[in-house]
Amino acid sequence: MTTLDTTEPSGMIMTKTADNTGTLAKAATAARAGEHETKISAAGVSVFYGEKQALFDVTIDIPARQVMAFIGPSGCGKSTFLRCINRMNDTIDICSVKGRIEIDGADIYDPKIDPVLLRARVGMVFQKPNPFPKSIYDNIAYGPRIHGVAKAGSAMDEIVETSLQRAGLWNEVKDRLHEPGTGLSGGQQQRLCIARAIAVNPDVILMDEPCSALDPIATAKVEELIDELRTRYTIVIVTHSMQQAARVSQKAAFFHLGNLIEVDETDRMFTNPTDQRTQDYITGRFG
Amino acid sequence: MSVSLLFAIIMALALVGYLLGRANASALKSSGNTLHSIPPYHGYYVALWCGLPAFVLVLIWQAAQSSVIDQLLIASLPAHLTEGVSAARISLVLGEIKNVAAGRLFGTPEPAVLAAAERYASMQSTASLALVVCTLAVAVAGIAFARARLAPDFRARNNVDNILRWLLIICSVLAVLTTLGIILSLVIESLAFFSRVPVLEFLFGMNWSPQTPIRADQVASTGAFGAVPVFWGTIFISAIAMFVALPVGLFSAIYLVEYADKRIRSIVKPLLEILAGIPTIVYGFFAVLTVAPFIREFGLSLGLDVASNSALAAGGVMGIMIIPFISSFSDDAISAVPQSMRDGAYALGATKAETIRQVLLPAALPGIVGGVLLAVSRAIGETMIVVMAAGLTATLTANPLEGVTTVTVQIVTLLIGDTEFDSPKTLAAFGLGLVLFISTLALNIVALQVVKRYRERYE
Repeated sequence: MTTLDTTEPSGMIMTKTADNTGTLAKAATAARAGEHETKISAAGVSVFYGEKQALFDVTIDIPARQVMAFIGPSGCGKSTFLRCINRMNDTIDICSVKGRIEIDGADIYDPKIDPVLLRARVGMVFQKPNPFPKSIYDNIAYGPRIHGVAKAGSAMDEIVETSLQRAGLWNEVKDRLHEPGTGLSGGQQQRLCIARAIAVNPDVILMDEPCSALDPIATAKVEELIDELRTRYTIVIVTHSMQQAARVSQKAAFFHLGNLIEVDETDRMFTNPTDQRTQDYITGRFG
Repeated sequence: MSVSLLFAIIMALALVGYLLGRANASALKSSGNTLHSIPPYHGYYVALWCGLPAFVLVLIWQAAQSSVIDQLLIASLPAHLTEGVSAARISLVLGEIKNVAAGRLFGTPEPAVLAAAERYASMQSTASLALVVCTLAVAVAGIAFARARLAPDFRARNNVDNILRWLLIICSVLAVLTTLGIILSLVIESLAFFSRVPVLEFLFGMNWSPQTPIRADQVASTGAFGAVPVFWGTIFISAIAMFVALPVGLFSAIYLVEYADKRIRSIVKPLLEILAGIPTIVYGFFAVLTVAPFIREFGLSLGLDVASNSALAAGGVMGIMIIPFISSFSDDAISAVPQSMRDGAYALGATKAETIRQVLLPAALPGIVGGVLLAVSRAIGETMIVVMAAGLTATLTANPLEGVTTVTVQIVTLLIGDTEFDSPKTLAAFGLGLVLFISTLALNIVALQVVKRYRERYE
């Protein structure tokens, strides 16, 4: 079960107001600096698996319509934090989350928030392509169907086509929409999964090492796609590859042993890290 | 000397052979040779050559000894006991001789029989002695032969491997041959049946009344062998069983895999599997003593006419018996669906029930279907519950409150009591058995194919 912050009602309102003004202020600053407003804002997030604490007091703002890369050695908590953003950790019994995560200023761990609806707004792409053992068409149509976005027929056909086009897969699969999605190549399957996430029209897309099971050519295609998608979606990507982070992300966050060490513009972090640990990791001294 | 003692001696000799072989090899090694195989393999090689031929000899000897002695005994009997009498009479005389030899005297036996009994006793003891001598000779010869072959470059390891491979082949061939024998006997007897009753009448006839008279003076029906009502009974009871087992088994599997926490699962799953361990005869009297009277009382209180052996009672209890099959197959199939499928569905905002219904069950369906088909074939072949709880009269009815009979029940009733192995009544059992065998075999083959295909999918 997920433990939620028990804040006094009055306190909550206060915090909210404070946070909202904070967000607004930040957004204003960002606008002045030619940056993007904050989409996701996390404060003091800690995650526990049973007795073991996996994430310590993470505070971070993630900008809208940019690619934010989480980097760091294995087991550093970057995937764990990613899974907090769409509350996928709820599906793990022993996992509990403390702290506060807001999307567009609304607390996603508020008891009034339905995680099922949240996950429709915050899509996720996994490490290994996981198309359902259904046809390509049904893979895409699954999300819109369960959320009642479109009934079968031309409206659904349109959603399927748009999603596949945005995922850059349409030309490759338009003649075999009714063949099983599991019959595609690894890279195509991963783009199918991205199309599937896009089909429910999310604001945010979380990607958990989306290219680690792909060959270099398929990886290049997915990276190209990520770059195109950032015009519409806020993207958070967990990656093991420094080069990938450099290629696709505008901002980067470095995690180490469950702590968030450093957040910065990707270019700046890679050329001029402020923390010694970041520098060691980037230059390949560990990890 | 008893056979078990003989086996013990063979084992001991094999052990000696092992030690000798190993010692030989070690000696070769310590005198500066490079061995192809490590010493224990030389030991195993000698032990196998010592034990296996001797063991096989004892088995063959045991099988052949009594009939050889019988033949010798018959040949030695005076002419008045053997000439011009039936085989049955000769076997009676043999029985008498053996009884006398064992000291069980009934009245005063003929002098010829007494003499034969003495010969029998001496032949027996000679045979036992000969067995011991021959076996030990073979065992020792085996040791000698194998030790003679030991050498530094002798491939003891590969040879032991070969011997073991042949042993395994022989065991599997034995199993296959047994199956073939069963099929052959079924087919041959069925052919005999179908030469009396036309196949088409058997398969499509609507009237089943197989109790033909055995002796001319008995009053019984003339016999009708239309098996449709019997097949119907089997299908009907199996359908009732599946109607009970499928939802209960499948839903409990879904609960156990997707909802139950570890502690509940560790309690409930073994409890469910206990159902599979209950002997079917126990289910049988549960059906006939508890369930059937309950259904009857309940039906009567509603003003319904319920037979004391209702299809519902037999089928329902059979369904309970089958629950663990369905639940454990479905459990395996659902657990085998990768976690990434669940994650994918949850990440799209699917609820748990949607994920199960639209992603997990379709993905697990082939495995579940395979399990269900195996359960159906189990239900069709199930005997004890229906013998006790289903009826004997073959009626074509779709009313679960009436009694029906099944193929297995009919086979049992045809073969017990006074039987004659060349009457259509008895042979009908083989016809039914053949149909049963073919249908369960077909179901099993289809089920295994389905299960196999689904296994390949995620590997």
